[in-house]
Formats: sequence, C-alpha cells, structure tokens
Amino acid sequence: MANIKLEGLRHSYVDNPKNDEDWALKQIDLEWEDGGAYALLGPSGCGKTTLLNIISGLLQPSHGSIKFDDSEVNQISTDKRDIAQIFQFPVVYDTMSVYDNLAFPLRNLGWDEAKVSERVTEIAQLVELTSMLTSRASGLTAGDKQKISLGRGLVRTKVNAILFDEPLTVIDPHLKWQLRSKLKKLHQLLNRTMIYVTHDQIEALTFADKVVVMNFGEVLQIGTPVELFEKPKHTFVGHFIGSPGMNILPCKLDGDNANLGKHIIETASQITQNHKGRNLEIGIRPEFIKFSDDGLPVSIVKVSNVGHAQIVETSFEDHKIKLIVDEDVVLPSNNAHLSFNKEKTYLYADGWLV
Amino acid sequence: MELELKEVVKTVRGKTHIYPTSLTFKSGDFNILLGTTGSGKTTLMQIMAGLESIDSGSIYFDGKDVTKVSVQKRNISMVYQSFINYPNFSVFDNIASPLYVAKFSEVEIKKRVGDIAELLKLSPLLDRNPSELSGGQQQRTAMARALVKDSSLVLLDEPLANLDYKLREELRDELPQLLAKRNSIVVYSTTEPLEALLFGGNTATLHEGKVVQFGPTNEVYQYPNNLISAQVFSEPIMNQVKVIKKGNELFMQSGVKWQLKGKTANLQDGEYAFGIRPHHFKIRAKNDGFIRISGTVDISEISGSDSVIHFKNDDGFWIVHLSGIHSHSFGNSIELYMDTTKGILFDDNGNAILN
Repeated sequence: MANIKLEGLRHSYVDNPKNDEDWALKQIDLEWEDGGAYALLGPSGCGKTTLLNIISGLLQPSHGSIKFDDSEVNQISTDKRDIAQIFQFPVVYDTMSVYDNLAFPLRNLGWDEAKVSERVTEIAQLVELTSMLTSRASGLTAGDKQKISLGRGLVRTKVNAILFDEPLTVIDPHLKWQLRSKLKKLHQLLNRTMIYVTHDQIEALTFADKVVVMNFGEVLQIGTPVELFEKPKHTFVGHFIGSPGMNILPCKLDGDNANLGKHIIETASQITQNHKGRNLEIGIRPEFIKFSDDGLPVSIVKVSNVGHAQIVETSFEDHKIKLIVDEDVVLPSNNAHLSFNKEKTYLYADGWLV
Repeated sequence: MELELKEVVKTVRGKTHIYPTSLTFKSGDFNILLGTTGSGKTTLMQIMAGLESIDSGSIYFDGKDVTKVSVQKRNISMVYQSFINYPNFSVFDNIASPLYVAKFSEVEIKKRVGDIAELLKLSPLLDRNPSELSGGQQQRTAMARALVKDSSLVLLDEPLANLDYKLREELRDELPQLLAKRNSIVVYSTTEPLEALLFGGNTATLHEGKVVQFGPTNEVYQYPNNLISAQVFSEPIMNQVKVIKKGNELFMQSGVKWQLKGKTANLQDGEYAFGIRPHHFKIRAKNDGFIRISGTVDISEISGSDSVIHFKNDDGFWIVHLSGIHSHSFGNSIELYMDTTKGILFDDNGNAILN
C-alpha cells in the first residue's frame, strides 16, 4: 500500500506539442493518501484513461513524475508496480474454474498450494463467489465474471493500489447497484487505495471519498461529493455533476447586482467591478429552486416524473431553467414564479466561480 | 398506423426465447420495452423488423399480415446499441444512404439530410468521416440515418447505452420531441427504469421472454400487476418483506404492525408480501400512515444531493433513498419512517392486490 503523488504531470501523444490541444494532460498535481477511495470523473476524451495508464505504467508521461511513497516509479515497469486493475469488460479465463481464476496471480508468484487455497477461500468469501468456486467461468453471468475480475484484483497481498476503469459500464442497473455497494463495502473492510475511473457521476460520487473532476486534460476541481455538489468551482463541474446538472444562465452586471433580464438575482458570490467585461453566468442547481408567489416569472414547459421527484423544465425569456420538486408537490397552473436559494446561487466569470 | 403482434412465439434449438406475446403499438406513441439483458427485448424487436422468423403467431401492419414479408419491404429503421456507420462514407453520405437506395432526387436528399442534421446538431460535421467523431456524434449519425426517411416503424435498441452519462441525459431530453414530430411507430428498448419514466409513453415490462405488463408508463410504474413487473420497473430494487395479515392489521416478522385501509382490509387473513419503493421512507413521519422502522446500517452512499442507505433488521435487507445528505457508518443504528400508504401487497402468486 502506498501514498501516490503526481507532480507536474503532463502528457502529449504528439512528438512536438505546440498548442494547448496537443496535450492530453495539461498539468496535473495531486496526492492520493494511502487507503483512500478516489474517483476520476469526466467525459470521454478528458484524459482520465491517459492518467490511469500513466499510474499503472502502461504509458510514460512526457513530463513530471509519479511517486509511490515519495520514490519515483516512472522507470519501473507495470508488473513491478504492484497495481491491480479491473476493466470495463471482465477479464476471465473461460476454460478455468472460478477457483483457478482467483488462484492464477498467486501461482504466478510461486505461492505454495496450501497458502493459495487459504487466500482464495478468503477472497471468494469477500466477493461472494464461494458457492461457485468449482464452476467453470465460461457459464457465468456478466456480473459474476466481473466479481472474478474483482477477486483477482484483490487476491494479491501486496498491492499499492487497485485501479478500476469503468468497471460497471456494461452491467444492468440492478446488478450495478449491488456491485457498487459491494465495492464500497470492500473498501471499508480492506482500506486499500482504490482509484475508480468513470464518466458516470453517480458511480463516482457514491463510491469515492474524494472525486477529481477532469475536462480537456485538466483537473477542474477535487472535492468530496458534497463539496462538488454544493459549491462547484467551475460551470463544467456544476453541469457534469447532478442530474439534471446546474442551471447556467448568462447574466449582466448592473452596479453590484447580477441581473437576469430585468430581475436582480441575489447570489452568495462577492461581485466587484473587476468582473465587468467578462463572460458572466449565474449557476443554480435544480434542487435549490422553489416555486413561490413572486420572484422570477417563468412558464412551465415540461414535467417529468422520475419516481421520487418531478423534474420541471421552465423557461424564462430564452433560457431553460430546471427545478426538482417532491413527487407530491402540486405545480402552479399559471403565473409560476421561481425563487432561488441565495446561499446556493453563485456567479461565474469565464467559467470560474467568483 | 398500427403494428400488432399476435401470439408470437420464438424458439431457438428447442429453447423458448419468446413466449406467446401479443402487443399493439400505434403511431405517434413512444413505446418502451423495459427489461434486463436477456429478457427478450432485442429478439422481440428483430421479430418486429422481420430480421428473425417466428415459430407461430402472426404480425399485422395496419391490419395486413406481414409475417412473411421480408425486412427490405417493411419500411423500417433500426438503431442499435453499438454505433454502426459506413467507415469510408462522410457523415453526409452515411445519413443519406437510405435515400440513395430509395432513389430520392439530389435536391430532396440535400434538404432532408440538412434538416435532420440540424435537429441532431450534426450540421458542422457533415464532411467528416465517422472515425473523426466522438461516440455521441457517431450515435447521432446512426440515428439521423434511421430518421432521415419516413419509416413506418422506428426501432431503437438501447441506443444510448454506450454513451457517456451526460450525453445520454442530453439525448434523453431531445429524443421524444424529435420522434413526436414524425408519423411513425416508435419502439425503444432499455434496461433502465429511469429512462422509461423520463420518456413516458407506454411501457412493456419484460422478463425471461415474457411481457409481464403493458400500459401507459406511469400506470405500469405506479400500479405494477405483480412482483416481477414491480422489480423490473424499480431502481434501486423495491423492498420486499413478508407480512402476516390478521384482522385489519398487517404484521412484519419483527413485530412492527400497521392498520390496513380500503379494499385490502377485507382480504383473507394470512401471509402476503409487502413491497415498497426506496424513496417512500422519510426522516420524520408526515402523518399517521408512516410507521417507524429501525435497523443496523450496512452502508450509506451519498451522491451529493441524495443518500441511499442500506440497512438490515429482523425483516431482512432494506434500501432507502432519502433526499439530502445523511451519512451513516457501518454498524450504526438507524430509525426511519415508512409511508405504508405507498406500499403494495402481493399474494402467494406474486400478484398485486391494488387498493
């Protein structure tokens, strides 16, 4: 187990990178403490897989260093880094039994069979494969195969970190819930460093203690799920986290006020004249908007019932504003007005939180 | 227009893939097939398309028997989970390909491709090759090709499953409007209950090759006809516990009890299953329909705005979905209030007893 540090990490897939777009990773500095549960979250092409490959040693970074417990591992090969990886598609030896699949990494390390048996039994219990140990892997469901991958990742006793690359993307919703909570529980039991890469905000937020949000090869914010939800530092984080994401509304500065059309919107941000001339937007999450007797006049465009709540899409002038209300709230039939929770309404200048 | 499946059966090497299935879809409706992988969604769609033969039963289109009509003659568009495009064609030619086949005039082709590209935000990309596009753009190209001609039947087989979460959200928003403008019969398959809820329309719940329930989406969600339909249309799963009915009271194994109201109060005494969705639990009782449930926390998952807590007690395992942030560690004791009026009783055979 190890503390993992990335210092001044940059990577480009082209030989002579010239402009910003040539960099798959622009500049990454971060530290992951030993035993933590982390997530790397971002859309396809944001650089998260590049970063993962650098950590596991499949890729050499163009610049910067990667350290395990303060010693640089850039030159150390993948198999010597003691990292377990679990991929989107389960990697399983179909012709072997579940037992042999789990035993495989240990036999490769030359363990004697008595010790192998002890360890495999222990891990099988953890990932709930005990009853299937003698079955051939080929006949199993996608979920059970992913459990084998997981078990094989956990079976070695000396592991610096366990990396998950979109492990639940191809799994059905019910099973996804089961495996996700299983993973979370395993982390509580084992206290190994786990790094979970995904484009799915719900997976990232529910799994990790700390989430790294990336876009265009840059880290936009690192925070706990609650921090990312309640105070996004960038409009992209606001949009990407939450379902639906934050409402981002272009606004104008009038004195010390932020105006939406002719309406003054009170925000938690300190507005100064320095913000004049920059691209200004108000960010407010659907969860922090309510219908009220006065406030911003809107018309209701669409209502979707999502079981536990209703997502209401309204329009104000040319802007779409979404809000989430409880399933049993009766919606205003006409003359709808919205009020924003001031403490959770923020101003963004050129995308960044003011 | 109307598509009707009558007692359709499909077997493969002696194994039944689709049990006798009858369904009617009308144009202008958004029809959803909801079920897990392997429940028969894709097979059913391929039967509708004429890509799969059937063992018995028949398929009618506007009253005409098309069971034996080949796929080429059925005027169908299909979109698959994996993005299928012609790699050597530009995006424009990919979208236009069905129009070339149908020998549309050049002017008409330009107009149609231009219109659908505009709708699907592909206009700036028409000159590119599919390999130069992101996954979302590739799937939008495949969709544009499916929608560019006036098909009588549009089949979408989990079209968003391979897309990024946020892109999926965006397309979920756009798709119903896009399809509503057409006079086609739309059938859409998904594994995700949330997707069905967002689209509305009609939903058929599928399980192991059988249609369990079919009706307006909200009705199927709120009034499942049995336990299987309830579970297929639930995310996370519906909590399900054993209860005993005695007089007008229900007892859980742990001794927790409550009064029955309405029709269910007149049921025969005995054992039933009680199902309740995870979001019908609250921190505080709102009225006398709420009863206290306590247990020991297994894990809690916080998503930023909501919390999902897994706990156990003498009645079994529970999953609850609460709004707001409620952090509980493994082993903590927890007390919540369950809205018993939102629960559903099921008999021995798993059939729902609706109030």
